[in-house]
Amino acid sequence: MTKVENQKGWLFVLPVVVLVAFNAVIPLMTVVNYSFQETFGDNVFFFEGVKWFEQVLASERFHAALGRQLFFTFTILAIEIPLGVAIALAMPRKGIWVSVCLVLMALPLLIPWNVVGAMWNIFALPDIGLLGRTLNELGINYNFTRQPVSAWATLIAMDVWHWTSLVVLLAYAGLSSIPDAYYQAAKIDGASSWAVFRYIQLPKMKRVLTIAVLLRFMDSFNIYTEPFVLTGGGPGNATTLLSIDLVKTALGQFDLGPAAAMSIIYFLIILAMSWIFYTLMTRGEEN
Amino acid sequence: MRRFVWLIPTVYIIFLMLPIYWLINMSFKTTNEILGTFSLWPNEFTLENYQTIFTDPTWYNGYINSLLYVSINTVISVAVALPAAYAFSRYRFIGDKHLFFWLLTNRMAPAAVFALPFFQLYSAIGLFDTHIAVALAHCLFNIPLAVWILEGFMSGVPKELDETAYVDGHSFPSFFIKIFLPTIASGIGVAAFFCFMFSWVELLLAKTLTAVAAKPIAATMTKTASSSGYELGLLAAAGTLTIIPGAIVIYFVRNYIAKGFALGRV
Repeated sequence: MTKVENQKGWLFVLPVVVLVAFNAVIPLMTVVNYSFQETFGDNVFFFEGVKWFEQVLASERFHAALGRQLFFTFTILAIEIPLGVAIALAMPRKGIWVSVCLVLMALPLLIPWNVVGAMWNIFALPDIGLLGRTLNELGINYNFTRQPVSAWATLIAMDVWHWTSLVVLLAYAGLSSIPDAYYQAAKIDGASSWAVFRYIQLPKMKRVLTIAVLLRFMDSFNIYTEPFVLTGGGPGNATTLLSIDLVKTALGQFDLGPAAAMSIIYFLIILAMSWIFYTLMTRGEEN
Repeated sequence: MRRFVWLIPTVYIIFLMLPIYWLINMSFKTTNEILGTFSLWPNEFTLENYQTIFTDPTWYNGYINSLLYVSINTVISVAVALPAAYAFSRYRFIGDKHLFFWLLTNRMAPAAVFALPFFQLYSAIGLFDTHIAVALAHCLFNIPLAVWILEGFMSGVPKELDETAYVDGHSFPSFFIKIFLPTIASGIGVAAFFCFMFSWVELLLAKTLTAVAAKPIAATMTKTASSSGYELGLLAAAGTLTIIPGAIVIYFVRNYIAKGFALGRV
């Protein structure tokens, strides 16, 4: 759509800018402020320059947490996106089953995050949980509070359980915007179901899938509550993702300086990666 | 093969329902039964856990608090996002693209980064432990999302609609409220759904900004879990009850979701 040049637009966006800036700029400045200073309590601060940044960037602990975070994010993206598309393709197109499927599938999305963690904790406990007990009865040695591999498997299963539905909803929305005439034309041409997927369905879903990838990337990079309730970052540090590590530093040890420096590095990583996604997305639009 | 395609969503839904079933199962058991035996359904069926929640004010106030700040947040987010999304979809102004990206960056900000500064900010302006504080804090990620979704819907409405209305003698406010808003009703439904959803499920900021008076149900749960030992039955009952508001909201917006997604660019 062609837009009119109109500076009145700023008046329309003003309330949004004020509200978001209040919540974003002031806290961000506080963090920036802390990241350059040292404190021993009593509100006395000393300027430390970039000491904390150097310390965080050189620390093994940060590298390990970042590595685990990247592994987690790319694993769940690799599972949730194809799985979500497959389920959306297999869903009914008409009738009451559409509503039934949508309502049941959306359910995990509306459960508070700590309840998701607590629910999976109860579900996976090796002695009294349905999943843990069943796996152990089948002869699989499974205990997510003791074994890092079990903890990771549970964490990934939980995230797939929690968020695949979002991809399904978005992909389904993209699919339902395809007119019937396209399918009829494909049928007359004798197109295979792969060809229908590749040349009709996939291009129509491209936009919503970009949004799905973007949302899942951002949210999984920020994930805190669910793994914290499920494993608490353990066993040991096996499932300590970036946010958990950050909160441990900031509120657990009260190391404000390093925690603030880490926050800024963390935020810049997300910002850089999201900018890449955003550019790819807008480039797709221009074509 | 096509005949068995319904198996895929069915198996997926069963996978989704299993942990929820287990939670509900636990909520009807006594603590002794949970820790002592393993059974697929409650042998000594009890409503005691639910009774505790509905009679103890610290429990049921948690639900009221959560619902209150979630509603306030949804109303604020959608109300301020409407004109902004209109401007982004209709006008070109200095810095519009940068502003849009800046808004999106806030959707990306990890809540863990902001927890401590938020506590200090809201304490400093005297809003700590109020519903409005949580509602305002959740605007950080909900307003950008609402603007993003609504902008998509509004761009799908042809501009001839605006022009015809002006020719018919409508002023801008009268056009916006009487003609434009009804046209994008399903978009508003989808935006409100997502605002409700993300405010309802968020815990880290809500917990940081409250102590007693506005404490959300999810925070009450974590406190109970640690202070009174291992009352799994009670925890499961509280968890089960947090699923209900979401289920009701989904039921009401189910048609909007399917239709709304198809119309908008979401």
